[in-house]
Amino acid sequence: MTTTTPDLTGDPARHRKERRVKMVMLAAGVLTIVVSIAIVLSLLSEAISFLTQIDLGQLWAKGWFPRRGRFDLRTIIVHTLLVTAVAMVVAVPLGMGAATYLSEYAPRTVRRVLKPLLEVLAGIPSVVLGFFALTWITPNVMRRIWEDTELFNMGAAGIAVGILIVPLIASVAEDAMRAVPDALREASYGLGARRRHTTLRVVLPAAISGITAGFILGASRAVGETMIVAIAAGASGGSLLTFKITEGGQTMTGAMASLAIGSDQIAGVGAAFQSLFFVGLLLFVFTLILNVASERVIRRFRERY
Amino acid sequence: MTNRSVPTTGDLVAGALKGRRLDVGGFVLVVGLLLALLISMIVLVTLIADMIQQGLPVLAERGWAFVSTPLSPDAHDAGIVQGIMGSLGLMLFVVVIAFPVGVASAIYLEEYAPDTRLTRFIVANVRNLAGVPSIVYGLLGLAIFVKLLGGITGGRTLISGGLTLAILVLPIMIITASEALRAVPMAIREAAFGVGATRWEVIRYQVLPVATPAILTGTVLTIARAFGESAPLLLSGAVLSLFFASPSGATLWDFVAHEKYTALPIIVFNWARQPQKEFVALTAAAIVVLLAILLLVNATAIVLRDRFERRT
Repeated sequence: MTTTTPDLTGDPARHRKERRVKMVMLAAGVLTIVVSIAIVLSLLSEAISFLTQIDLGQLWAKGWFPRRGRFDLRTIIVHTLLVTAVAMVVAVPLGMGAATYLSEYAPRTVRRVLKPLLEVLAGIPSVVLGFFALTWITPNVMRRIWEDTELFNMGAAGIAVGILIVPLIASVAEDAMRAVPDALREASYGLGARRRHTTLRVVLPAAISGITAGFILGASRAVGETMIVAIAAGASGGSLLTFKITEGGQTMTGAMASLAIGSDQIAGVGAAFQSLFFVGLLLFVFTLILNVASERVIRRFRERY
Repeated sequence: MTNRSVPTTGDLVAGALKGRRLDVGGFVLVVGLLLALLISMIVLVTLIADMIQQGLPVLAERGWAFVSTPLSPDAHDAGIVQGIMGSLGLMLFVVVIAFPVGVASAIYLEEYAPDTRLTRFIVANVRNLAGVPSIVYGLLGLAIFVKLLGGITGGRTLISGGLTLAILVLPIMIITASEALRAVPMAIREAAFGVGATRWEVIRYQVLPVATPAILTGTVLTIARAFGESAPLLLSGAVLSLFFASPSGATLWDFVAHEKYTALPIIVFNWARQPQKEFVALTAAAIVVLLAILLLVNATAIVLRDRFERRT
């Protein structure tokens, strides 16, 4: 009996089905590119029309008051950086401590209980944290430290954003530390190092690229967080530039949210409405830079074991 | 003549080997690390306890009526049924659109895609999309679904909001599904190819059955995330007023394509902005309901995954 070519190539119907399925899957994959293009185009078109409508000096006016034609970028960018800085001050020690404990010290059973709890914290919606910042963090934390803290203030919002990103930083850092091979730890113990020296001088430096990437991702999330600042940082309608975290102020996302809430702008056209897209474009670019940076850090400084 | 203040090598080795019994620095470090973890837990407990404490009076007084009555400007009558219906409707879109498209993309990227520039571009693009702030997706929804395609979606309707949320979670769906597929051992694929299965047959009958539990857990977690999301809905048309009428007798299609809608997190946001004292308790009560739903969903997913992980 001889084997002919048709036997080996198989049933043509199967091949056709194979090609069809592959095309469907490819189409789904390509759809993600379409989404990216749609995001960039919709942001760009309105942002450009915003820039052509206004006098560029308005981007450097006193304060962010879109309804009065004042679009001071310094105000909302400085406020964004303030909130992000407070968030990082809260999240980096908490996240790193949690990650180091879970990765290097926690007994198995403890880990099995605590890790899911961190994930529960990660699942708390940001509106809830915003309300918590306004009704709990402001009176119980901010006003204990600074008595004259305003009801709406950037400090409480920053702390809440920090709580929001603790699980993110912790899980990325923990993954990075657990990826450090045990041989390094054993070599360190073999040289007579204590556990804390092994943790601080062997494991942490070996995992530093992943940990740094986690910090950058956390910062990116903090910059883009909207609901917490919209509820707790206050200053709907506009704000003047301030460097005090005890005062209210609009961040980039806060400015967008308050433009969206103002029912007159959202429906219409005009500079205030389109500034929404301009700020959105800035936000998109900022977070994109941070996200790309975090990937670069991982790729550039990763030790291969 | 030896100077006694200079220790010999023997002394040094002996000293190093003996060591201090109690490693104070190490102890402080462990306590510090554990404290960091415990503070996070305490925050979580405080948050939940505070919400229950503030919201319980409303829940106790109103009981089931709080969940089953519509919005009202009067804090004593206001309920959240519209928010719950709206959120469920939105999740329907997420499940129907983001789940199949997400899994299909993941299958393409993990099982079919050759290592070309296009593939690498898609992968990098998906990762970047996952990092785009959610409010930017709201702008996308506003520009495309509410304004550009307003004729089809009906403008500020559940369709626009649902599509926006579906696109928001799509990259996360792809990433979780990809991870699930990557965890399937290569040997299973090779065995199936070895007996003459085509690629799709390998995926359909060997890879997917193994990956399904992980994919489903990831999907449940993703849906939970979408359920609590509100920033994109602010822009893509959820109603922000203190009350609106949902006409009785509206068909399901009217509900989806013509009526105003809101969602549970949007109600929380809206009430949180009200200065009156009654609304603070009302907000906390709505948060308790929201958290109860989310914790239930998350816990289910985590328990499922834990079970699945222990078995393999």
